[in-house]
Amino acid sequence: MKERIKKLREQSVNTRPSISPERARIVTEAYRNPEVQRVSIPVQRALVFKALMEQKAVFIDEGELIVGERGPDHKATPTYPEVCCHSLEDLETLNSRPKTSYAVDEETLRLYHDEIIPFWRGRSMRERIFAEMTPEWKAAYQAGVFTEFMEQRAPGHTVLGDKIYQRGLLDIIKDIEESQARLDFFNDPEALDKQQELKAMAICARALITYAHRQAELARQMAAVEKDPQRKRELKKIAAVCDWVPARAPRDFWEALQYYWFVHVGVTTEYNTWDSFNPGRLDQHLYPFYKKGLEEGTLDPERAKELLQVLWVKFNNQPAPPKVGVTAEESGTYTDFALINIGGLRPDGRDGVNELSFLILDVIEEMRLLQPSSMVQVSAKNPDSLLLRALKIVRTGFGQPSIFNTDAIVQELVRQGKSLEDARKGGSSGCVEAGAFGAEAYILTGYFNIPKVFEITLNNGLDPRTGKKIGLETGDPRNFQTFDELLRAFEKQMRYFIDIKIRGNNVIEKLYADYLPAPFLSLFIDDCVLKGKDYHGGGARYNTRYIQGVGLGSITDILASVKYNVYDRKTVTRDELLRALSQNFQGYERLRDRFINKTPKYGNDDDYADDLARLVFEMYFGLVDGRPTVCGGTYRVNLLPTTVHVYFGRVTGATPDGRLAHEPLSEGISPVQGMDRKGPTAVIKSAGKIDHIKTGGTLLNQKFTPQLLAEEEGLVKLKDLIRAYFKLMGHHIQFNVVTAETLREAQKHPEKYRDLIVRVAGYSDYFVDCARELQDEIIRRTEHQGF
Amino acid sequence: MKALIFDLKRYAVHDGPGIRLNVFFKGCPLHCLWCHNPEGVAFEPELMLMPNRCARCGDCVRACRYGALNQDSEGQVEADRSRCTLCGDCLEACQREAIAIVGREMTVEEIAAEAEKERVFFEQSGGGVTLTGGEPLAQPALAEALMDGLRRRGIQVALDTSGYAPREIFLRLAEKADLILFDLKLMDEKKHQKYTGVSNRPILENLKALETVGRPVWVRFPLIPGVNADDQNLEAMAEFLSGLKMVQQLSVLPYHKGGVEKFRRLGRQAEFAVFEPPSPEQVEKVIGFFRKKGFQVKRGG
Repeated sequence: MKERIKKLREQSVNTRPSISPERARIVTEAYRNPEVQRVSIPVQRALVFKALMEQKAVFIDEGELIVGERGPDHKATPTYPEVCCHSLEDLETLNSRPKTSYAVDEETLRLYHDEIIPFWRGRSMRERIFAEMTPEWKAAYQAGVFTEFMEQRAPGHTVLGDKIYQRGLLDIIKDIEESQARLDFFNDPEALDKQQELKAMAICARALITYAHRQAELARQMAAVEKDPQRKRELKKIAAVCDWVPARAPRDFWEALQYYWFVHVGVTTEYNTWDSFNPGRLDQHLYPFYKKGLEEGTLDPERAKELLQVLWVKFNNQPAPPKVGVTAEESGTYTDFALINIGGLRPDGRDGVNELSFLILDVIEEMRLLQPSSMVQVSAKNPDSLLLRALKIVRTGFGQPSIFNTDAIVQELVRQGKSLEDARKGGSSGCVEAGAFGAEAYILTGYFNIPKVFEITLNNGLDPRTGKKIGLETGDPRNFQTFDELLRAFEKQMRYFIDIKIRGNNVIEKLYADYLPAPFLSLFIDDCVLKGKDYHGGGARYNTRYIQGVGLGSITDILASVKYNVYDRKTVTRDELLRALSQNFQGYERLRDRFINKTPKYGNDDDYADDLARLVFEMYFGLVDGRPTVCGGTYRVNLLPTTVHVYFGRVTGATPDGRLAHEPLSEGISPVQGMDRKGPTAVIKSAGKIDHIKTGGTLLNQKFTPQLLAEEEGLVKLKDLIRAYFKLMGHHIQFNVVTAETLREAQKHPEKYRDLIVRVAGYSDYFVDCARELQDEIIRRTEHQGF
Repeated sequence: MKALIFDLKRYAVHDGPGIRLNVFFKGCPLHCLWCHNPEGVAFEPELMLMPNRCARCGDCVRACRYGALNQDSEGQVEADRSRCTLCGDCLEACQREAIAIVGREMTVEEIAAEAEKERVFFEQSGGGVTLTGGEPLAQPALAEALMDGLRRRGIQVALDTSGYAPREIFLRLAEKADLILFDLKLMDEKKHQKYTGVSNRPILENLKALETVGRPVWVRFPLIPGVNADDQNLEAMAEFLSGLKMVQQLSVLPYHKGGVEKFRRLGRQAEFAVFEPPSPEQVEKVIGFFRKKGFQVKRGG
């Protein structure tokens, strides 16, 4: 790693995230401006964006090559009071909480107290949303049946396609003018709305060019006084790059990266979008510039790598916008989910892997940064060498890159109605969410706690945690003579809560479309410009809303336990089961042991349980998929948790799978922690039984110890394990390489780690089944294993 | 026709190429003092206690009609195996799977059905089923029927054997395997007798006879300091093996104490011994020694 990169990286890693009031101040001042108040809402938003681009601080740090930041300093994180206006208590909490804290200084508190809070109190989107929600929605939200993504953050969730590499903003402004010229004021009742939206887009496009020129001007000023001739040349080059992009299409590798970064800064300054924007298929987008640079002798692999590393630092300088309350629980992390895609297919269906794919993996390995996150798309057409290279990074225990099945993603997107070409241009973003990059708004609306709904069913509509009736009275489960009766009650209860969630979503979608449009983001997502419609209002070519199901493993094991123990083998009565649950298994320890140890479990390739996983999945899918959204989109399902399985577990009492009250639920489509006892192939078979193609993403986590992957042969076998999962059309898999610390935990709590396989010597075994001496030896070995 | 099997292990990645299913045959004519699968030695099912999973609740003791189980003063369950009839009542009673009967009778179809579950992994990785144990050749009829059944299904088969079997059986089954994993422990006949309970003469002769079979052979050498790690044994092994063209690979398997806990669980501590594992340097030295002699050497299985 070059000295420059080392310094920038260290600075990024060591800087504590802080809250910057700069954006809140500029936005509030802009909204106070009478000129801004007079115009239509889209134009209002454009003028606010313009004020930000004209006034936000510009700086270029020592050694930087790609310039521009969201905040006035590295990791200085802006706030978005028009979406969510933090109270002084919120700011105190952000400053002092032990996890994902942000430094808040006196100046920020004063500004919030004097200016921001008085102006925004009662006007923020968050307050509008809560004011419009029904009592049923609020009861379910408070009980932890579902979460709401848009109560603190704007919709967002999209990824850039290839547009900017071919068109500068001046070209896009021409497109806007053409759309304006096409407006039909005689027949189209929305013509005026479109005119205003297009006007707003043009203002935003020019505003970003202004921001770039401010950066160029700064670079020129710095170059004029710079003593070091090499740095002087660099600053001059930075100025030239910023003069050219984003106004015009990039001509080389450097300009392409800088253009992307300007767009990134723009999108994340306009709003605190969920699942931060990212360049998506970076290896494919950049390859033409890379090739051209090598051919012309203006670029070499080392320089390309350096520029990419600089971009990586930029991503890492942008912690997620601060989250509080339930939203902080569901996504408790600094990471903002920018997920770089490597590999996959070209739009014409050919293998998309190129030299840059490998170069980017080198960058990921060397940089070892929290952000951006990265993934490898693997199609049957992609070479094993790419996957093996990625696994060499995985085994270092870094948790990146995650591995995705291109062939499943393409099928998922095509099933949802995308063209084959758009599907192949897509990938996954956020955690695992499939999307048509550059052409889709695929917005996550909230997590849905499936086991909680079952708990409410078992309590005939009551939430046992609070004693409040929040669900339907689907009948006293003591009277259900058959398992099918219970299932029908559960489905009714599921439908009830999903309806509540969708009703709320539809209101929220409309609120954003009407009150907080995103004209800047709309510039880059097709076909917003063509249609003259905002990204938040259905302007994208494809509009998808997801409700993310949580706890598939838990609900499967719960149903399997009830079916097996209560209805099939009749070893426990319905009454006894309910009493055991209400007592959190106190006095029912033997029963709990039976539920845990002697009951079929998901993750073991056992159809008794896996058939129930399919049943629940199909039920959830049937209740959500295909329903319309207010702005012309469609509801879809996916199965992922971020960190919400911990929060959802905390609000859910003891469950019939033997889980104690308040313990986490299973995550993604992974088995319940420690319940998969037949090794990874059995997990993969179980996970492969649900129809991934009907989802927009599933998440499967697997644990491995470094010894299993130490030698080339172990890596090859892991590669084959993944390839086999992808043959079964699994969507995604990621690996946690186990540390010595985890092994010590497993010694202390063997019941939670019964799935943990370790390599002993010439063979592998379950760690918890190894003798203590052997366990100690493995821990010592794990500690000393370095790559 | 049924075989006595003590385990089926999925995602076996150290016993032949690719991802495999290991089928462990119960019963072995050898009795190696260092055995790391001691539950594979006896030819009949056995009671195994797993104190690490035990809740010390006493349910199993109460469930036993034969007085074969009792708890010591600390609640630890002990077994009087002479009284046990392997009726399985205690297994039913235990809710923590802290008691097991190792060894159950399985048909070819039952084993093949398990293998079918792993087919996608076999095909992707070039893996298959490994017959191991214990000693698969000690249940030759079933081993042969299983190999035939798997081959009919297009599943690759590896045979992991001590080589201690009648020549005719050995060769017939070896011919049906795609790969033979041959365990070679000691060259000195007297020592072999002492540590494994049998002479190595039929083993060495069988290994030599494999030349006529035309199947690839991977020799597996468990490295145990104080038993077979001496220069004399290594030299003798190298000399013996260097004449055998079908030997493609030599795996050095460092001894480990993985079997020790199992002796205890089976109540058979007295029949086995505990050795010191070789140091990493020692393992490297032995690997280096064989590499110098021109062998393709691998650490571990």
